[in-house]
Amino acid sequence: MHGKFVWVVRMSNYNFAFFDENSKREIRRAIFKAVAIPGYQVPFASREMPIARGWGTGGLQLTLSLIGRHDVIKVIDQGSDESVNAVNIRKFIQQTTAVATTHQTPDATLVQSRHRIPEIPLREDQILILQVPIPEPLRETEQSDTRAKRLHAEKEYSGIYLSLFEQIMKHGQIATGADHPTLVHDRYVMAPSPIPRFDNHKLNYSAALILLGAGREKKIYAVPPYTKVESLAFTDHPFTVEDMTGKICRLCGARGVFFDEFIDPTTQAPYYQCNDTSFCQQRMSAELETTWGEQGDH
Amino acid sequence: MGYVAVKGGEAAISESIKRLRLTRLRERQIITVSSIKSCLRGLVDRVMSEASLYARDLAALAIKQAEGNPEEATFLLRAYRGTLPRKYYSRLVTTDDMAIERRISATFKDIPGGQLLGASYDYTHRLLDFSLETEEISDMEKWLEHYSKIPPAPLDSLPQKMTRVADIVRQEGLLAAKTEDNTPPQDVTRQSLSFPAQRSERLQALTRGETGAVTALGYAAIRGYGLLHPTVAELRVGNVPITIDYPLEETSDPGDALYIGRIQVTEVDSLIPSIKETAPGKKEINFCIGYGVCYGQNETKAIAMSVLDFCLENPVPGSPVHDEEFVLTHVDPVEATGFISHLKLPHYVTFQSELDSARKIRLGGAHEQL
Repeated sequence: MHGKFVWVVRMSNYNFAFFDENSKREIRRAIFKAVAIPGYQVPFASREMPIARGWGTGGLQLTLSLIGRHDVIKVIDQGSDESVNAVNIRKFIQQTTAVATTHQTPDATLVQSRHRIPEIPLREDQILILQVPIPEPLRETEQSDTRAKRLHAEKEYSGIYLSLFEQIMKHGQIATGADHPTLVHDRYVMAPSPIPRFDNHKLNYSAALILLGAGREKKIYAVPPYTKVESLAFTDHPFTVEDMTGKICRLCGARGVFFDEFIDPTTQAPYYQCNDTSFCQQRMSAELETTWGEQGDH
Repeated sequence: MGYVAVKGGEAAISESIKRLRLTRLRERQIITVSSIKSCLRGLVDRVMSEASLYARDLAALAIKQAEGNPEEATFLLRAYRGTLPRKYYSRLVTTDDMAIERRISATFKDIPGGQLLGASYDYTHRLLDFSLETEEISDMEKWLEHYSKIPPAPLDSLPQKMTRVADIVRQEGLLAAKTEDNTPPQDVTRQSLSFPAQRSERLQALTRGETGAVTALGYAAIRGYGLLHPTVAELRVGNVPITIDYPLEETSDPGDALYIGRIQVTEVDSLIPSIKETAPGKKEINFCIGYGVCYGQNETKAIAMSVLDFCLENPVPGSPVHDEEFVLTHVDPVEATGFISHLKLPHYVTFQSELDSARKIRLGGAHEQL
């Protein structure tokens, strides 16, 4: 060690994609089950990771169990490829697999994301992996996992509808933030992970397979391609998304995407920037058509 | 107009990691892994127990890398443990074979085999020993030399195997009858904990639990949030041999088993009185056992674990310490620290979403126009 600093932990002591092959296979088995029962939370033996619990270990385990040498991985955290945790996770995947990484959504085969679905629609040959802090959509109304599991089995969802109804009684409207509950394939109520309500419609009949992993809570669940995903609401109080009307990205001029809000220090007026930073940069470098944004919901 | 960074995370992170290394080294001192192993026994034991990996060298390495922070050292060792394949499962370990170093009982003054105090802080005054500030190798050698010359106490009655105190109570018929449960244990690191949990899962989750968390909940149980006051029938510290079935043949013949090493454990049997109604109006007291065991010498944790084991075996509605979901899902060090520390991650998307709801409500349901 004299004379030469070794900054990076040598990964040659670890298997490709960190886990031993049996662990990966076990996680893939849970994925199969999750795909077969859309929206159902499949328990799995969540492994201890070199990344902290609560920092994306569920998503990371899905990624590592699926990744092959020819995959191209993109990691985003709250819309950004450069956020500390995205960098950290991407670096770890890169160190243990040496696969290619990208910031460009269309180039990725696997997209691991925390709390956002990219603005560019995903394709059938891509997999979106969402990191999940609390997989149980009924947790707010039922603390016990045992009892929540029974409620799911019996499709007894009056509690969660009631809590939405209570919000209407209290606030005049449904007051959920991110992680607005959804009903998958008309069967299971599912926590979509804390994506903004703005992203909920992207789950509905998505061309790409969407996998959701909760490492600490040891659950995997999935939205298979072209599966119906409805956001819970009432006919007289329909589901609404965050209001982005009239807002324009200060950098690329996009409209109708999810924005980060900033305050101009001089005028104190708010201004906006695309939350999906790679989308924004691609637009700025004119890699994407400039008329993005007015297409609205699909 | 303010500048908002869209790039630059990567460079900043790499500088932060360098800074961490600098912080560890800037005092120009290095502690060796072997001195951690020999001198920081308490920390090594705790980290091995919470990481549920019995490996003194690796625990010492983790402690060095983590600059002595037990939270971080446990995390490092757990992460490493996650990559290890399970090559063998040990044969049943029975603590009857323990090479006892310390063994005390709070139930009887005189127990067969006697009270064996061993090495313990229990009988010291917690006064800072300032002579240690200037302790030299020569002082150590001198003391060891002196100690080696003290004639050993006559071992007149130390039996090879010591009768368990719990067995004495059992012989009197005071122990609640329990049928032996020999179902193969579940491994919560291979199959995730689900509720209701088996006892083997509960014991594993508790023995891997964070020392402070297990202690705090055990304390809550005996202070008033649980329904018991236990007595430590026996606390043992010592080494137990670990053997595996001869791996090259399909055999479970104990004669062919291979000895692969020994591990030091702390084991506790607590006696907890319980009142049972044998006939209408006729109540009887008998005793139940709460069991605690953990790697190394971790006595407080093992006792607290024995209390919680009993609590979870006997659920009481409304009491958090008798609720297995509450106790088992919250004592894990890596999960608890991970989720608490994730609050440091950016939350601007989720917060924006909450903000949107809050603003809409303020505007009385009308769509906001900023």
